[in-house]
Amino acid sequence: MSTLLLLTITGVGLGALYFLIASGLSLIYGLMGVLNFAHGAFLTVGAFGMWYAESKLGGLGVLPRFLVASLVGLVVGGVFAALVELVLIRPLYRRHIEQVLVTVGLGLATTALVVAIWGNDARPIAYPGWLGRTTTVAGAHVPNDRWLLIAAAVVVLVALTTFLKRTRYGLIIRAGVENRAMVTALGIDVRKAFTLVFAIGGVAAALAGILGNVYFTTADPNRGTSLLIFAFIVVVIGGLGSLRGTAVAAVVVGLVQQYANYYASTGLGDLSVVLLLGLVLLARPRGLSGAFA
Amino acid sequence: MSLLSVRDLHVHLGESHVLQGIEFDVPEGGVTALLGRNGVGKTTTLRALMGLVDRRGSITLAGDEISATPTHRIVRRGVGYVPEDRDVFAGLTVEENLRLAERNGDARYDLVYDLFPELRERGRQLAGTLSGGQQQMVAIARALLNDNRVLLVDEPTKGLAPALVTQVADALARASELTTVLLVEQNLGVVQRVARDAVVLDTGRIVHIGPARELLASEEMVHRMLGVGHAGDRP
Repeated sequence: MSTLLLLTITGVGLGALYFLIASGLSLIYGLMGVLNFAHGAFLTVGAFGMWYAESKLGGLGVLPRFLVASLVGLVVGGVFAALVELVLIRPLYRRHIEQVLVTVGLGLATTALVVAIWGNDARPIAYPGWLGRTTTVAGAHVPNDRWLLIAAAVVVLVALTTFLKRTRYGLIIRAGVENRAMVTALGIDVRKAFTLVFAIGGVAAALAGILGNVYFTTADPNRGTSLLIFAFIVVVIGGLGSLRGTAVAAVVVGLVQQYANYYASTGLGDLSVVLLLGLVLLARPRGLSGAFA
Repeated sequence: MSLLSVRDLHVHLGESHVLQGIEFDVPEGGVTALLGRNGVGKTTTLRALMGLVDRRGSITLAGDEISATPTHRIVRRGVGYVPEDRDVFAGLTVEENLRLAERNGDARYDLVYDLFPELRERGRQLAGTLSGGQQQMVAIARALLNDNRVLLVDEPTKGLAPALVTQVADALARASELTTVLLVEQNLGVVQRVARDAVVLDTGRIVHIGPARELLASEEMVHRMLGVGHAGDRP
């Protein structure tokens, strides 16, 4: 029973990590129709922004250093994503092939740049001691970083939902997901919403990078690329453009991966996720929720 | 004096040369009807005026050239748009659809709710769950909410029940007291009731410009240019 509980909480934690990457990816596709293959680069930039800041803040205690470095990582991720939209994506609206080429190229170039500057080895991260310990729940010793991952994803989900429901920009984004041309025909410069969505996606991906640093205990230049594959699977299963669908799909993918790895065979988790994707697409080609934000 | 002037306007959609150098003026005040058979380019003309399709030629609004202006700036210059298929945001409530259309603090909710009291009652209902007629009310209300200089209205009575056609015609008549309207409409009864001028398109070219009453009074002209028998009953 305790093993099942541990697997479940770890699976939900992993799903939380996927959700943080996939939420921005889903919103960007839903609003702008851009398949952003550079989204993993936002994660990498945030993760290494956090690691670099943390390594330069030697005078501070571990907790304030971790918090300040995390803030730096979030800002770097958000600003990087906004610049990508302004400089590279904006001139390519409606040119989908070029968008794919540019974002794939940017994703590869960012990883290559990080490797060129800091090397290919994963960099160890210092984080508060509590995160490295476990909490015992019904006999299961659950690593505390899982709670942090889940809490962060819930906060992001609630914040994004509130933003989309309660603010004018949220209204514009929800309407834009349905019919971008009609939003402009109401006198709204939808491009500002595009930049904002990219920045929000960048911050969420950077948060995934930072929490990934804690979960894996290192900053790894290749993590963005490997997690992006699962984020895409989550987005497709959840329904492109649907935040709620993305959240549900992320948890399902995380759980399936954990259960398959433990109960079937180590390494079968990834294959199970691909099988799950195939089954969902056969049953519901538009994903679990269809397109609603 | 004309509020909106179109000169040598061309639109290509794929391989089709849909608008082939059309020229017409929309005088300030009242309703100008843009008429023609199905598929002659009426909707494309409105979309070109809004900047929603690539176009070539000159479009001036109160003397200012807007042919290179992006859609949202054209709207902010005072051009309201009611699209052919309503294009309400189905996942947003009626209130949210209207709030999205607000361009400044003095949105005319009194006018909108006076014309369409049903929208006040259905404020929290998702627009996607409304009937076609109610969705049309939302689409017109969005355009009337702001103090526009001209409204481009595309087939507002399409697919509506007769009672709703009358209500929409009433709304258009009221709107034309407040602003200039360029109306694409197949229901000639509605045209006869509200339009002062008429512009007729045929396969991408203007074939007639003149008073709407004269056009609709001539059975021969109506049949030749619009392909229908007669103007029909007033709604």
